[in-house]
Amino acid sequence: MTGRAYALQRLSALVLIPLALIHLGLTLYAFHDGLTAAEILSRTRGSMFWGLFYSLFILAIGLHGTIGLQTILRESLKLSRKAAGMAAGIAGLLLIIAGLYAVAAVLLP
Amino acid sequence: MNPRPVSRPALYWAAMLPGGSGLALMLFLPAHFFVLSRAIDGEAALADTLSWTDHPIVRLAEAVLIFLFAVHIFGGLRVLALELLPWRDGQKTFAAAAIAGAILAAGLLIVTG
Repeated sequence: MTGRAYALQRLSALVLIPLALIHLGLTLYAFHDGLTAAEILSRTRGSMFWGLFYSLFILAIGLHGTIGLQTILRESLKLSRKAAGMAAGIAGLLLIIAGLYAVAAVLLP
Repeated sequence: MNPRPVSRPALYWAAMLPGGSGLALMLFLPAHFFVLSRAIDGEAALADTLSWTDHPIVRLAEAVLIFLFAVHIFGGLRVLALELLPWRDGQKTFAAAAIAGAILAAGLLIVTG
């Protein structure tokens, strides 16, 4: 892992820890009375706060996952730096697109 | 993550935890996003997809997911603490395990509740 990737991986982890814990807490709360589509959408639809929260969460996951996957591909599958970076970059980008689409789906009225 | 050469197998596995659990979490996320994306077709479509969560296999998958999440947080916090904090190694492992244990307990409450 290069110095920059190493630093970005730690930085994204520090961003992800509080976001992931809030997400888990919210999930615990949402499951409390049974998980329903109406309950989820009543919270998320039109909510700028949750839109920004989950967009940031997904971007941080995309970055963290891309660097992590690149490292695994290089060190475990022995791919070249370029090939690992390309494959992980595509996977991370697809993950971010799918994630932001999901955020839009629960956010838009 | 490229672990330093270690003589104790437990430490080797501790060093491999963030990568393995992270990869599994990354593979799960598309399914998670797919379920939420169904809301684009309206509340009924999302409700229909969420009804799968009553199935025992999906419940089991949720429990595995929570476990992986706890493992990933444990492994990651341990690495961060090892690198950044001037504590003794045992204290760092213990602190990370305490947080991961709390997450695991909360997660299992979700799945079984």
